Amino acid sequence: MTRPLVRIRGLRKSFGSNVVVDDVDLDVREGEVAVLLGPSGAGKSTLLRCVNHLEKPDAGFVEVGGEIIGYRYAHQRLHELRPSAITRQRSRIGMVFQQFNLFPHLTVLDNIVEGPLAAGRLSKKEATGRAEELLARVGLAGRAQAYPRQLSGGQQQRVAIARALAMEPRLMLFDEPTSALDPELVGEVLGVMKDLAASGMTMLVVTHEIGFAREVADTVVFLDGGRIVESGPPAEVFANPRHDRARVFLSAVL
Amino acid sequence: MSDRFPSDTGLLGARLVPLRRPGQWVSAAVVVVLVAMAVHTLFTNPRFQWPIVWRYFTTAPIMNGLVLTLWLTAAVMICGYLLGVVLAVMRLSRNSVLRLVSFGYVWLIRSVPPLVQLLFWYELASLYPELSLGIPFGPAFVTVKTAHLFTGVLAAFVGLTLDVAAFSSEIIRGGILSVEHGQVEAAQALGLGPLRIFRRVVLPQAMPAIVPASGNMLISMLKATSIVSVIAVQDLLYSVQLIYNQNFLIIPLLLVATIWYVLLTTVLSIGQYYVERFYARGSRRGGSRGLWAVTRSNIPLFRNLAGIS
Repeated sequence: MTRPLVRIRGLRKSFGSNVVVDDVDLDVREGEVAVLLGPSGAGKSTLLRCVNHLEKPDAGFVEVGGEIIGYRYAHQRLHELRPSAITRQRSRIGMVFQQFNLFPHLTVLDNIVEGPLAAGRLSKKEATGRAEELLARVGLAGRAQAYPRQLSGGQQQRVAIARALAMEPRLMLFDEPTSALDPELVGEVLGVMKDLAASGMTMLVVTHEIGFAREVADTVVFLDGGRIVESGPPAEVFANPRHDRARVFLSAVL
Repeated sequence: MSDRFPSDTGLLGARLVPLRRPGQWVSAAVVVVLVAMAVHTLFTNPRFQWPIVWRYFTTAPIMNGLVLTLWLTAAVMICGYLLGVVLAVMRLSRNSVLRLVSFGYVWLIRSVPPLVQLLFWYELASLYPELSLGIPFGPAFVTVKTAHLFTGVLAAFVGLTLDVAAFSSEIIRGGILSVEHGQVEAAQALGLGPLRIFRRVVLPQAMPAIVPASGNMLISMLKATSIVSVIAVQDLLYSVQLIYNQNFLIIPLLLVATIWYVLLTTVLSIGQYYVERFYARGSRRGGSRGLWAVTRSNIPLFRNLAGIS
């Protein structure tokens, strides 16, 4: 069997005396969609943020595409990487945030081309052409010259997805992408994410959208108190949760 | 009955009577009279000696002083702000030594009056007769006598630059802190390097918080450069003083300097408006308003006239 695209082993992260991620092992295979579920404070977002080194783990490691994130292994030691090396690793991992975090002083187009131009991968003209394709793909063709504030929340989040895709990532991280949206705008963002999953993108998603997990996920991972208490295909986990905490949570949200 | 409970038709048909505000009329009238008196005396008091003001307005010594004031202000602001950015970044860095040094610098410079600083740099020769460039605590390669080095203009430049650096670093630091941390995270996740994040994401978003305070500082520095007259640097004010010390036309010559300062401040204020508008792009839903529209909306009389026409 091929090596999984994402391998997380023994990952641990605490803030002060508060252990937020506690000895987590997780694999995500190429083309797979894994959804992280659990109550707030379960450590879902922190786990996700460790994958692109926005949080530095206290112990354990994250491997993406065969590379340890944030470190280099040599002589039985993990040496912290220089910022430029971490920047290069991050450039193949897309991330979408709860609060969109579009750059408000740049137009939609400039938001999308910023990453590819910074990486020096594309010329301005190529990057613009690619950005327009991506905007069409997320249903926002013709809005290239708008500023983020002129768009609805759902539109902003779709731009954020296009911005992440512009880097041609091999892995996409979604941190509660629909939690800051009005209910009627959630569907358009989930729609884009479904299309993305169908196109074969490897995705790691933190969400409270059970319907999305049920329909799109290959694996559902349930976290509580920083630990994985349940994981498996959605049909199995939702129909027959073995762990008490998962059962209580799922009965409340289903 | 009808007075206690007016009919609905009566209420619907009633004319609205706005509250009378006699106080507003009285206060406006008082202020208008006072302003009229002030303007009137400007033109009728012969001791202002306006013909002399205009005669000296563009003479060579005044223009030379004006040029010195302008380039000294520009040099001090540019170098002060470059140093200010460095100090702000030091203050926000993870390195505690850099943080402490930046904090100490700002504390010290803000504590010392600029005039004292200016005199200090002017008198540096009595404290350090010579300065050397070499290995710290080791041999020196180049040595210069400070008495030759620190002329009035250089002392003024150094003193004011250090002062601007301290104040601007606080303005810049405040601006940087006003940028949401999510912006930096999004840029990191996108694979932007630290320098590019600062230049492309943080600084442009810090500018709306930095520009108004900096415009204020630029304008006050334009006038604050006049303290260099105490160390005999011939700026606009000192040039004027040199002339009236000879001919005793004190008021008209002070007016010459004043009018120049007013003109320059006006130009800078208009410039600030356009810079602010540039950095506000993306923060408004509608289009931007021109300078004239903004001015008009700030003057109720003009707004009323516009409404009538």
